[in-house]
Amino acid sequence: MGKFIRLKKGFDINLAGKAAIKISPVEQPETFAIKPADFQGIYMPKVVVKEGDTVKAGSHLFHDKKHENIVFTAPVSGEIVQVKRGDKRKLLEVVILADKTIEYVNFPKYTVSEIASLGREKVQAQLLDSGVWLNLVQRPFGIVADPAQTPKTIFISGFDSHPLAPDYNFTFKGQEQFFQVGVDILRKFTLGQVHLNVHSAREISPVFSQVKGVELNKFSGPHPSGCVGVQIHHLDPIAKSDVIWTINPYGVIQIGKLFLNGIYDASKIIAVAGSEVKDPQYYKTYTGASVKKILQNNLKQDHVRVISGNVLTGTKIGKEDHIGFYDQVVSVIPEGDQYEFLGWITPSAGKLSFSRAWGLLSFLNYKKEFVLDSNTKGEPRAFVQTGVFEKVTPIDILPTYLLKAIMAEDYDEMEALGIYEVIEEDLALCEFVDVSKHNVQGILREGIDLMLNS
Amino acid sequence: MKFLRKTLDKVKHDFEKGGKWEKYYYAFEALDTFAFAPNTTTGTKGAQIKDAVDMKRLMMTVILAMVPCLLFGIYNVGHQHFLALGQQADLWDKVLIGSIQTIPIIVVSYATGLGVEFVFATFRRHPVNEGFLVTGMLIPLVMPPDIPLWQVAVATIFAVVIGKEAFGGTGMNVLNVALTARAFLYFAYPVDIAGEVWTYIPEGAKTVAGYSGATPLAVASNSVTTAESAVAALNGFGAGWADNMYSFTNMFLGFIPGCIGETSTLMCLVGAAILVMTGVGSWKIIVSVFAGAYGMGLFLNLVGGNPFTMMPAHYHLVIGGLAFGAVFMATDPVTAAQTETGKWFYGFLIGIFTVLIRVFNPAYPEGIMLAILLMNVFAPLIDYFVVGANKKRRLQRATV
Repeated sequence: MGKFIRLKKGFDINLAGKAAIKISPVEQPETFAIKPADFQGIYMPKVVVKEGDTVKAGSHLFHDKKHENIVFTAPVSGEIVQVKRGDKRKLLEVVILADKTIEYVNFPKYTVSEIASLGREKVQAQLLDSGVWLNLVQRPFGIVADPAQTPKTIFISGFDSHPLAPDYNFTFKGQEQFFQVGVDILRKFTLGQVHLNVHSAREISPVFSQVKGVELNKFSGPHPSGCVGVQIHHLDPIAKSDVIWTINPYGVIQIGKLFLNGIYDASKIIAVAGSEVKDPQYYKTYTGASVKKILQNNLKQDHVRVISGNVLTGTKIGKEDHIGFYDQVVSVIPEGDQYEFLGWITPSAGKLSFSRAWGLLSFLNYKKEFVLDSNTKGEPRAFVQTGVFEKVTPIDILPTYLLKAIMAEDYDEMEALGIYEVIEEDLALCEFVDVSKHNVQGILREGIDLMLNS
Repeated sequence: MKFLRKTLDKVKHDFEKGGKWEKYYYAFEALDTFAFAPNTTTGTKGAQIKDAVDMKRLMMTVILAMVPCLLFGIYNVGHQHFLALGQQADLWDKVLIGSIQTIPIIVVSYATGLGVEFVFATFRRHPVNEGFLVTGMLIPLVMPPDIPLWQVAVATIFAVVIGKEAFGGTGMNVLNVALTARAFLYFAYPVDIAGEVWTYIPEGAKTVAGYSGATPLAVASNSVTTAESAVAALNGFGAGWADNMYSFTNMFLGFIPGCIGETSTLMCLVGAAILVMTGVGSWKIIVSVFAGAYGMGLFLNLVGGNPFTMMPAHYHLVIGGLAFGAVFMATDPVTAAQTETGKWFYGFLIGIFTVLIRVFNPAYPEGIMLAILLMNVFAPLIDYFVVGANKKRRLQRATV
């Protein structure tokens, strides 16, 4: 029997420009790219293709020198047009010019009954070889899963509570069979349970309600209830030397397709949302797509910020750049690089704030859809403990103390205060509400990197 | 506004790195961000949007919460003045006298404090912190109305330099800055801030027959020697020139001598309501200070011993500066306990120590100032135990 966890702390940010539940046909983007920066724990990517090579979907592009079996593969077939490098020849992205019709590398395919008898080694080899492995993310630290480990449990968050998040009930509709096979495969990796968590107040997709072999848990409450780190904390907390794997439902379905169809199917439904999008809705494309064609003639104005991912944890990209590997949403908000006369004191109901301090009237109506820009709305200041971090963190962690321990580079304190339990997204709301405008997620990642390299 | 923005933009590069006034960048930044919310945007990775709250708004909210105390204080300074002289006066006369006494103190406090802030920002190269906007108002509110202005200036400089900047500025200080200023005056110039200084009486003016400048605390404390019940002593005070001045209701409303802003418990509660409703001040601290003081008062009633210990516990909540200290001083987020559990202990102990000091310290009847300063010092220790408990929970989970 699954558990029901009620969370109270947190904050739902209600933004304008939610994606309408429809997919419209769109000319496919010309280029697709895989960026090493999307993956944590990958330090030395070794490229095995050259510009001009042709690849199939599932072909080997590069791998990590530290873990040679972790392979990064092409999401589409086509020609390698650019291996883009930055300072010190750091690999930035491998760009593929896509074919009109996708050709796939053929991997072994199985029937459902054959899959039941497959062993871990065989399954693992195929996952690694096809690049589907990258969907498995390991806690602590949110790194690409280490194939040598055996996780005590595996977690799947069945809903996304971020602002402008895609609706999983829509994007994964009709994928019941693949999801079931994906879960069956995952169960070969752990002696413990596979936890699938859904939100009590949302409709539960048949993809999740019908699946067998999982522990179906319900959560209630505002964001970050959908963050898998928060869910782990309440169901199976991570202690030192524990390993837990997490995977998005998209990854589970992709595993299913790999074993049932024998291909690396990187097709993906992404939401294009935000106040500056003319027609916010869903598009069907592939992992790593360029946003150029999707945003062409689809923006209300030019001075915008395009974000791969959601507005709390995403990455700013250019209007012709590529969507990140794990991202299922592209958010477009106004760029906020303007001054505001006496902006620190004028009362306003249009500025969203978790606080009810002088002049911030948004608390009167949080149901309203807000248009927020990328302005920092204040200057960086010293940490002042206002108690607001604790109000948006529904886990038994003291964010300020953890952040201070990281800044002091005190390893014992970081460990004692729970750095194993969190990654950036779990504390992203702290960064949003912070009065002192600190880069909370950046500080946390620094701490995680310190722990990883210690 | 465009003109102002253009002017600021024109001179901005002079203050930036390599400019001719580079040294004064943070002074310029303070003025610039005061006029305009800055045009900075979020980083490439992480939160791309930010909450509209910033330090300036937070501090502004606290100042607004102090306004009822300030306005009432200005009126009350005039009110006490005419009471002591035995003259009748209308509202505006009282407000006028009150303003003449109070506003110079506020101006001196802000001018010297901000002056020190700007000098330090320039030399130490850190931004001018908004914290002083609140401190600059708190200092006048805890001063007697006829304090010499030079003392206000000296105390403010001492508090900002030694109490705050020596530790690295707002956010790093251990002691509440405004209380540091007051404690400094108390120990350096006791004549001007202790005893019967709480009513403004111009030099040479003749007070009304029977006049006494003793505060309720002094009267209650004095009951120990006269062996009269504290409540009777309070009720009997002011007979002939200000009947029933120290009745419970009157003390709750605040028509009594005292520091400029601290006399009215009612106005402090209005301020508390603003702080709690806006979420800026911690209700846990406010409630627990009152609870601690009340609990300690009850306990002393049980113990008995002398008339002051026998004073009903609820009297402790309306006399002296307890309410003002609980609402505006104890809740200072920098110097209070920072863990949510710790706040309960922190506030409760402030309440207990306030009453203890009041009742058992023969020299100085007011306890809230010393109680808060003491607990400021112990707040990190409280947090240490709360954080330790959090670590322990995590460790226990691991071994299961």
